[in-house]
Amino acid sequence: MEGSVGYDNDLNLKATELRLGLPGTEPVSIVRRNKRSLQQVADDDCGVNGCKSDDQNETAPPPPKTQIVGWPPIRSYRKNNIQTKKNESEGGGIYVKVSMDGAPYLRKIDLKVYSGYPELLQAIENMFKFTIGEYSEREGYKGSDYAPTYEDKDGDWMLVGDVPWEMFITSCKRLRIMKGSEARGLGRGISIDVSFTERYHQLGFSKEIFLASIDSHLRDSMDWESF
Amino acid sequence: SSRRSSFPDEVLERVLSLLKSHRDRSSVSLVCKDWYNAERWSRTHVFIGNCYSVSPEIVARRFPKIRSVTLKGKPRFSDFNLVPENWGADIHAWLVVFAAKYPFLEELRLKRMAISDESLEFLAVSFPNFKALSLLSCDGFSTNGLAAIATHCKNLTELDIQENGIDDKGGSWLSCFPESFTSLEVLNFANLSSDINFDALERLVGRCKSMRVLKLNRSVSLEQLQRLLVNAPQLAELGTGSFSEELTFRQYVELESALSNCKNMHTLSGLWDAKGIYLPALYPVCTHLTFLNLSYAALRSDELAKLLAHCPRLKRLWVLDTVEDKGLEAVGLNCPLLEELRVFPADPFDEEIIHGVTEAGFVAVSFGCPGLHYVLYFCRQMTNAAVATIVQNCPDFTHFRLCIMNPGQPDYITNEPMDEAFGAVVKTCTKLQRLSVSGLLTDLTFEYIGRYAKNLETLSVAFAGSSDWGMQCVMGGCSKLRKLEIRDCPFGNAALLSGLEKYESMRSLWMSACNVTMNGCRLLAREMPRLNVEVMKEDGSDDSQADKVYVYRSIAGPRRDAPPSVLTL
Repeated sequence: MEGSVGYDNDLNLKATELRLGLPGTEPVSIVRRNKRSLQQVADDDCGVNGCKSDDQNETAPPPPKTQIVGWPPIRSYRKNNIQTKKNESEGGGIYVKVSMDGAPYLRKIDLKVYSGYPELLQAIENMFKFTIGEYSEREGYKGSDYAPTYEDKDGDWMLVGDVPWEMFITSCKRLRIMKGSEARGLGRGISIDVSFTERYHQLGFSKEIFLASIDSHLRDSMDWESF
Repeated sequence: SSRRSSFPDEVLERVLSLLKSHRDRSSVSLVCKDWYNAERWSRTHVFIGNCYSVSPEIVARRFPKIRSVTLKGKPRFSDFNLVPENWGADIHAWLVVFAAKYPFLEELRLKRMAISDESLEFLAVSFPNFKALSLLSCDGFSTNGLAAIATHCKNLTELDIQENGIDDKGGSWLSCFPESFTSLEVLNFANLSSDINFDALERLVGRCKSMRVLKLNRSVSLEQLQRLLVNAPQLAELGTGSFSEELTFRQYVELESALSNCKNMHTLSGLWDAKGIYLPALYPVCTHLTFLNLSYAALRSDELAKLLAHCPRLKRLWVLDTVEDKGLEAVGLNCPLLEELRVFPADPFDEEIIHGVTEAGFVAVSFGCPGLHYVLYFCRQMTNAAVATIVQNCPDFTHFRLCIMNPGQPDYITNEPMDEAFGAVVKTCTKLQRLSVSGLLTDLTFEYIGRYAKNLETLSVAFAGSSDWGMQCVMGGCSKLRKLEIRDCPFGNAALLSGLEKYESMRSLWMSACNVTMNGCRLLAREMPRLNVEVMKEDGSDDSQADKVYVYRSIAGPRRDAPPSVLTL
């Protein structure tokens, strides 16, 4: 079957069409923005063989600038839920330098990308290809030669993990992975409920949960002092 | 045959009452007059796919014993704001007839209908046995209407409010369930945003011992969730509230423990703003999960991968494209039983985003999940070769909905149209029932569809095709076609009229922003009196253009409730 305009010719629809203008004048065809590009491409005969000519690039779909009504086809309900989420996460990143003792150059990371200490430490471990030890309130990072530290707003060097995450990312100016004896010296003097960590280990929870719970536990604990 | 059937009517009715599928019932009713009558007296559930195809009076006359009604109203493109606000599909006229003819009505399921608070109140007081109300993608009502339902429906088992345009005036409606009320089995209010009275909810859940589906809204916190779960370990489907507040260690342990007690749970959703760090609390539930809906949780690929490692039995998965191709690789690796995948875009309107998923993610899933038969995939790039590989791996597709988000975009590697991709789909997937196409497409795509997609029932087309020939191929070739929706395509009157003989066997046709004219529509209306041909005009458009055309078969004649912007020809 031919692709023809048979119906139009048989019924002479054009002749009976009502339109404004003098008889004998041709109507301006209404071509929508997107279809114009499609017509042009179709005219270039891009079938199975495709078009390899340079013309192809010029007749590629125009870059979408204005939003098309109802496209992409997503229900309003879903759109609204996505948008509220986007508004919440607006704002620039918090970029800080990260140095590691012995490494030839520094790196930079965006603290806003992480939701807590475990992700941050994981990222730093991956970045510098080393392992950070187990964190404990009493002894700092045990089990490796490295300790993650940061310089806070007052210019003091602090052990990463001591303060709640939200406070950390707003006060951290730069990070430094300390190595060796200097690292081992950075334990905490404040004692906390030992049974907390013991209970934690008994239950067999992962390092990630443990580290995250440090924040909350500090808030619960009576011994907590604001810095 | 001259011998009368020795089958008493009562026996025939009893046998036919076991038939549930409405298609089987339609077939049965065509056998002979006796069977027609037996069928109509034994039918208790009626499904009406287009509320304007029939009138409530006609339905009530034919089926005297209906207890459950499913009604669908507006054309599907109304979900994307293409249908004017006051278009119609109002439920009220139906309720008035039902109140008179079906006083024992138990269930009402509505999709894309307009329903007012007055109608909800009328419903609540008119049907003493009313049990189940499900509203999907409806609009016109507020939480006051829900309050009426909660107050008056003493036997309610199901209240399912999904994705509606609801006027949320506050959460007090939930407190309207009387303290003596215990029958609720399904409660889904995830749609609503305002705070509900948590104490009232806690008491409600506590006393409804048969509750198996509970889908909370975003205002319910993790801590509150834990309290609810402690009293409802029998839940089979759970939609959490917000999954992101700071938990103490003790709270986390308690939540995890409450979840692990839910041994029947097979469906999980909600998880708004899910924090990766709390997802491990879900692991005990994940082992039995068959449906996981993460489409409101913007997870990263590593977060998804860790979670899916615990979900070996997953059959249906909905995610946001924040999981990227790497996340989809994890799907392929961990979920061999997967049958349905939906990937929604987190930032559909931001052109600067270069993330999301590509053809690589889809291909990875296809290698790992050979049983995949339903996919909805939003992406920013695709290739013909990738789609060919995908359907080779998964030949059993029944629903293939691919949305390449930039309209008219070609294969990004070869720069060719995406014709061969959809050609591969229709050639390989012989069971294909539903297809949505996208990308740069010429008439060749539609030649393929017409030639090969012999089981196709629903086709959605946007920004595609080169000429009338494309649509003519579809109308001529797809014998089982029931719903066709087209927007922004160069199909004109010839195409429209090529389906003249087909439209009566279809539910409906939608064409908007195509090249159809008023005269073409008038001709169609004249030739086919049993079709309703409706045109929606847009402000400021040319008088001769038919901007939006909606054609559907009807035994109720032209509708009388059309607003001025809708012309029935």
